[in-house]
Amino acid sequence: MELIKKYPKLFQWLFLLIVFFALCFAIDVPETYKFIRGQAEFIKDPNQSTYVLFGKEVRYYAFDVFWRLPPLLGWLPIWINDSLFFLMNEWMPMEFWNEDTQEFKTRPLLLQISRNLTYFMTFLIELIREILIGGKNTVVAFTSWEWISENPWAELPGLPWTIVAAGAAILGYKLSGKGLALFAGLVMIYISIFGQWKPSMQTLSFILIAAPLSFIFGLGLGIAAFKSKRVEKALYPIILVMQTMPQYAVLVPAMVLFGVGDHAAVIITMVVAIPPMILLTLLGLRAIPPEVIEAGKMSGCNNWQLMFKVLIPTARRDILIGVNQVIMVCFSMAVISAFIAAKGLGYNLLLALNRLDIGLALEAGLCISLIAILLDKMSLAWANKQIDYFGNLTFFQRHKNTYLFGFAVILGIIFAYFGSFYFKEGYNYLFEVPHNKGISTADFWNKGVDWIFDAFFVYIKAFNTWLIVEVLQPMRALYLRMPAVATLVLVVGAGYIIGGIRSALVVCGLTLFIALSPWWDRALVTTYMATFGVIISCIIGFTVGTLCFQNKHSASFMLAVCDIFQTFPSFVYLIPVMMLFGITDTSVLIAVIVYATIPATRYTIEGLRSVPAALHDAATMSGVTKFQRLFKIEFPLAFPHMMLGLNQTIVFALFMVIIGAFIGTEDLGQYILKALSDKKGAGIGLTLGFCVAFIGLIFDNLIRTWVNQRKKHLGIS
Amino acid sequence: MSEPVIKCESVYKIFGENSKKMLEEANGNVDAKTFQEKGCIVGVNNASFEVSKGEMLVVMGLSGSGKSTLLRCISRLTDATGGKIFIEGQDLLQLNNKELIDLRRNKMGMVFQSFALLPHKTVVENIAFPLQIKGIKTEDSISKAMDMVKLVGLDGRENYFPRELSGGQQQRVGIARSLAVEPDIWFLDEPFSALDPLIRKEMQDEFLRLQEKLQKTIMFITHDFDEALKLADRIAIMKDGIIEQLDTPANIVLNPATEYVRKFTEEVPREKVLLIEDVMDAATSDNLSDLKVSKDEIIENVAEKILTQEKTVVVIDNNNKIVGSINPSKIINTVFGGRKNSN
Repeated sequence: MELIKKYPKLFQWLFLLIVFFALCFAIDVPETYKFIRGQAEFIKDPNQSTYVLFGKEVRYYAFDVFWRLPPLLGWLPIWINDSLFFLMNEWMPMEFWNEDTQEFKTRPLLLQISRNLTYFMTFLIELIREILIGGKNTVVAFTSWEWISENPWAELPGLPWTIVAAGAAILGYKLSGKGLALFAGLVMIYISIFGQWKPSMQTLSFILIAAPLSFIFGLGLGIAAFKSKRVEKALYPIILVMQTMPQYAVLVPAMVLFGVGDHAAVIITMVVAIPPMILLTLLGLRAIPPEVIEAGKMSGCNNWQLMFKVLIPTARRDILIGVNQVIMVCFSMAVISAFIAAKGLGYNLLLALNRLDIGLALEAGLCISLIAILLDKMSLAWANKQIDYFGNLTFFQRHKNTYLFGFAVILGIIFAYFGSFYFKEGYNYLFEVPHNKGISTADFWNKGVDWIFDAFFVYIKAFNTWLIVEVLQPMRALYLRMPAVATLVLVVGAGYIIGGIRSALVVCGLTLFIALSPWWDRALVTTYMATFGVIISCIIGFTVGTLCFQNKHSASFMLAVCDIFQTFPSFVYLIPVMMLFGITDTSVLIAVIVYATIPATRYTIEGLRSVPAALHDAATMSGVTKFQRLFKIEFPLAFPHMMLGLNQTIVFALFMVIIGAFIGTEDLGQYILKALSDKKGAGIGLTLGFCVAFIGLIFDNLIRTWVNQRKKHLGIS
Repeated sequence: MSEPVIKCESVYKIFGENSKKMLEEANGNVDAKTFQEKGCIVGVNNASFEVSKGEMLVVMGLSGSGKSTLLRCISRLTDATGGKIFIEGQDLLQLNNKELIDLRRNKMGMVFQSFALLPHKTVVENIAFPLQIKGIKTEDSISKAMDMVKLVGLDGRENYFPRELSGGQQQRVGIARSLAVEPDIWFLDEPFSALDPLIRKEMQDEFLRLQEKLQKTIMFITHDFDEALKLADRIAIMKDGIIEQLDTPANIVLNPATEYVRKFTEEVPREKVLLIEDVMDAATSDNLSDLKVSKDEIIENVAEKILTQEKTVVVIDNNNKIVGSINPSKIINTVFGGRKNSN
């Protein structure tokens, strides 16, 4: 009794586990159960049961309710599909003037809006793209194809790559000085010389449209949320879901609404990039000391002046950190959008991966990584840049960078002009290095891959087999062996013990959604892969983090490494693992582990660092050894922050598992990928996306609640 | 006397839901404890006072006493829950947003504890900010702001950013900004609390110099009793939202109204606070010494002279007219005796 009073939580957990295992053993696997047959949307089978809800017929394999819940939400994807179809094709038909046929035509409102939006976005993207690499589409937008064929001179010439490279270097110099200037210049030159100029500029133009638009909308919504509690409350769940929703999944409904291509990708990128902007705007505005707001009011600001002359400039840094986030999200979406045929580096990467041309994929991946680092460094430099006083400088000094760029433009044009005489064979290398004329290292890499295969194939294969047979398959079987009711009890019980009735209800709702969807088995597979990845990542991350923390320099170095790795779009991680392990679950898991180790390491170091120096000194003065200090002082205090790291690790792992479907897994991601190529995939894709997001949110809710309590308990927040 | 510049009539500020309704039900009898049980926190409890033109009222209280809340009610940074506030006869709580902004742009200036400067503007731009908000042309506002820079002694640093200044210098900017629109009413919310003791003293002297020159109507918030004594024309001492006593520094020291006020006065060196006037007796004719002291002298400054006399000293006013007398024993009593008496 004494013990129970002293450790009530511990006993609650024990009790929960006992109930869970009792349920697991009590409920037998039904004889008819076979994995993958749980959901039968696509196969017709006389053994299936059916029901009709909201006019939709759902077919499924019926099991004991304790074993698997019936897919009561099975109608949801069908219903979403039909609703979307109805909205796009039948809802609110209106008369619209058709420019081509010169007459009024009846068309559903949403379809028309979607078409106009498409037209507008396409125009914007083409404009930027053709400023960078030249083309005719912008001119066509104002005239017509006939006019163009009569006037062959009429096209945007595009900028020689030298000018863009110089521009990047000058921008780097302005933002942070010589180092960044050099890096920016070198990256651009690398891209050009290795023949990746065109796809890189396509990707860049994509970001140049998507990022500013996301910024404007995000800032606006962030301000609205700051001003009104009601807006904030409405936005918050959306932000939460969007942050755990795999980027993959949102592509599917985008396809239905806007078709495929760059415009659809930009629009859906905005949907993904706006939530973090809202969040950071809100955080920045919240962090402003109340006295600054009062000072603004007492200076006689009206609401408008208060917002734009006081609040936003004061929150400048946080808002620019938001811009950094937006740019990075846009970039990773630019890569993933290749799935809906957005042009650029991602598309090349996807093609290369599809052909299993690891060399080409590596080249594209390297370019993507370099540009990601460059964009990240530049936007961070912008955020950290202090405003300087320049009233006492001369006009020339103040506009030195502008002059420099003007000079570079003239020089670049002159070079390109002379280049057109010098390079006779039709390619002006001072204007643009064509894709197939750049230096290619693909062969080298391919040979490397071949060599690795020749030399290590046996070992890799042995490791692969061992991992799959001895570890992964048993683990998967265990996960699938869980009766749905037992899982539900476990999750809800954990919610109750950690956060009381409120947490229990939230977690219960999220779990039920997945359990009642037709993809419970798939969700279990996703969870098993993520769990495996998270466990290994945490072990590696916590160990590496703790070791690096022992030395100031190694800690800073490790954080810098994490920074760099974190900027890479997740898709890039698939390249090296495919190179080494081919197309297996192992590849996916290794990518998951590599990717998810980043936050685990980072949060460990940050958490240990955040232990106040005074406590260090106090501990040292009471004569602790290094180990005692680590285990008695640093770990307990850093633990809440490390748990936040675990939270991030889970989200990262889930993302990667889903993307891993590209290599071939049997989980939710596979179905999302299927939905991408399915005409009626929107509903399925979206529902699957919610399932993945909810898995993330269950853990998010539990961990966050626990961390907040713990922090309150320790008096740190 | 003309109309008071600031006039408060039973001002209440209560935080929490339904505070308005609860205040009405309480019928003027607000008890902090019963309110707290119902989830409301009483910030200001029945504050009534007036501040006349050119006067400096210092509101003194410990943290959580409601002094800042009171100031924010009068500047209407928060809306008072009950009561009336008049600024130069205008009912503050009846003003609409536009009128309020007008009032702030022309009549009010405020200095903040944490300086509250705009990090993206230089010293001179910060000072010119209220002017530019009013719509004054950039050049005019900058030249006016430059005058203010000189007034607070920051010449040569006008193009610095706040991050490049020390705390004392930052607060000078805050002061200059609050004065830029030449307000009649000047609010200072613990302006020197965030500064080091030496800098604080320097800023207090500077502040007194400015006030001598400008003669603003001032509400000054502080938690430092010595600061209050040094600066105030009158002091209001607050506790739990209630003004315990509102009087001149001398009267507060001599006649603390409540036990709470008395605790503050205990440690005060009286000879530094009180004037001869405050302790003198009625004029008498017998046994006088030749020494004459002015009634406006601080005791500390003349104590030695008086104590070397054996007889009663004559007290005179500015026109050399005899207004009272003071016996050396009275000085000794005042300086050393007072504390025991009140025990």
